[in-house]
Amino acid sequence: MAEAATPKKKIEEVPEKLHVWPYLVRLEFLCALVVIVALTVWSIVIDAPLEEAANPTKTPNPSKAPWYFLGLQDILVYFDPWFAGVVAPVLIIVGLMLIPYLDVNPKGNGYYTYHERKVAIWVYCFGFLVLWIALIIMGVFLRGPGWNLFMPWQYWDPHKVVALVNVDLPYAFGFRDYTWSAIFGGAVLLAYFGIGTGVYFFMERKAIKSVGFLRMFLKIQLALIMIGIVIKIVLRIGFNIKYIMVTPWISV
Amino acid sequence: MANKAPQIPNIAELMDKIKSGKIFSEIAKEITESQLWTSSFRHGYADTPRNRVLQIASNVWLHLHPVKMHRHALRIKFTWCMGGITFLLFLSTVVTGVILMFYYRPVGEYAYYDMKYLQYDVPFGMLMRNMHRWAAHAMVITVWLHMFRVFLTGSYKPPREFNWVIGVFLVTFTLLLSFTGYLLPWDQLAMWAVTVGTNMARATPFLGNEGPFAEFVGVTPRYDARALLIGGSLVGPPALLRFYVLHCIFIPLIAGALMIVHFWRIRKDGGISGPL
Repeated sequence: MAEAATPKKKIEEVPEKLHVWPYLVRLEFLCALVVIVALTVWSIVIDAPLEEAANPTKTPNPSKAPWYFLGLQDILVYFDPWFAGVVAPVLIIVGLMLIPYLDVNPKGNGYYTYHERKVAIWVYCFGFLVLWIALIIMGVFLRGPGWNLFMPWQYWDPHKVVALVNVDLPYAFGFRDYTWSAIFGGAVLLAYFGIGTGVYFFMERKAIKSVGFLRMFLKIQLALIMIGIVIKIVLRIGFNIKYIMVTPWISV
Repeated sequence: MANKAPQIPNIAELMDKIKSGKIFSEIAKEITESQLWTSSFRHGYADTPRNRVLQIASNVWLHLHPVKMHRHALRIKFTWCMGGITFLLFLSTVVTGVILMFYYRPVGEYAYYDMKYLQYDVPFGMLMRNMHRWAAHAMVITVWLHMFRVFLTGSYKPPREFNWVIGVFLVTFTLLLSFTGYLLPWDQLAMWAVTVGTNMARATPFLGNEGPFAEFVGVTPRYDARALLIGGSLVGPPALLRFYVLHCIFIPLIAGALMIVHFWRIRKDGGISGPL
């Protein structure tokens, strides 16, 4: 039994290489054929939209960005444009670029695995499938006039009345003075990032030496911002909280 | 040599050759040994290992491939084919886009009517426009899926970190290509989608007139990040021209250059990733 198993294992150890011509090129050719045929059929069956001529005096309601940006446009409900439209996209791009430099787990290089890198898979899937794809689907199909939520069976009523009962977090906690509100809001934000970073560093204190301080610091800041977006969405929908911190220059 | 008498074809011999079918192999030999043929095709076409290698290595379009690869990298379950499909869709948009450029003028007065002309009067104009638009939309989806696959297989890990960064640039440029093209039909859908999108630039910290800390910089609605992008304070004819140039020249050139680096780095980083 042992003798019979040994040679079989050895064959698998040697990486088997194939000629690209014909094995890969024919696959690429077939794939290209399928895609081009599908694209042609799609283009014959469905026409690209062309609405009436552009008219700067006639704003449609709702005005929607191209569908691939609707996730960001939906974040606009919860954040000011400087964050949802500028800082968030920049953070997404920079954060994605940093992934190879922040993820130092050597396992799972070049093959599918969930068990060897659970956290990484969870974070990416949550960011991509929930915060990006799900928000796009919501933006395309469920956002109607006034950017209000409509279920697919509901009529898109442009006169839908939505009570504006949102208050800022400091107001909800009884602060009525502008300065103290700003200080309270700033303190909440600082506490969130400070405690989050502190807890992470305490839990992973053994890894600081091998992973590196800067790497861990950036990792937890990006994670806290991502979680913070979710917290803000929950606070708005669940508790009608508008801003955490309000200052004359910048509000979060 | 020059004095050699011209061969007089022997009719009976010729008939014999035709009947036996030998004539075909002789004609084939004449052609494949001619200077014209041997200068164009640098190796034989018999299925030998040497020719398989030369087929890739001596062909400018195929030489981006390695001549040999691991068996696992062929599995569609592993790659989902998404990177290749994205590139193919990019090429489709280049071809259809150049055709559209023959009929389209990026001028406020003409753009929309050129779209109508394309759709109703130009032979296959509607088909070209449809293919261009759907390929662009599909490309956005496939590039996201490609990125998703690369993440799930951990293919950004050493030694491929740099190529992942190039890939993130390419995702961004794919979206920007699609976004700049979105304005060109110059209809209500285009104008207001781009208005919503470019309004965000107005909120850029320091550089947008409605952004935080703008009052310390002194930007105005006609002189800020958004005005630079659309050539004015609202999405008008200057924005159309600007987006046209960005869409047809600027971004494709940069994206094309990055694609070259991206594909080259796949080879240099050890081919398609796989279990080490």
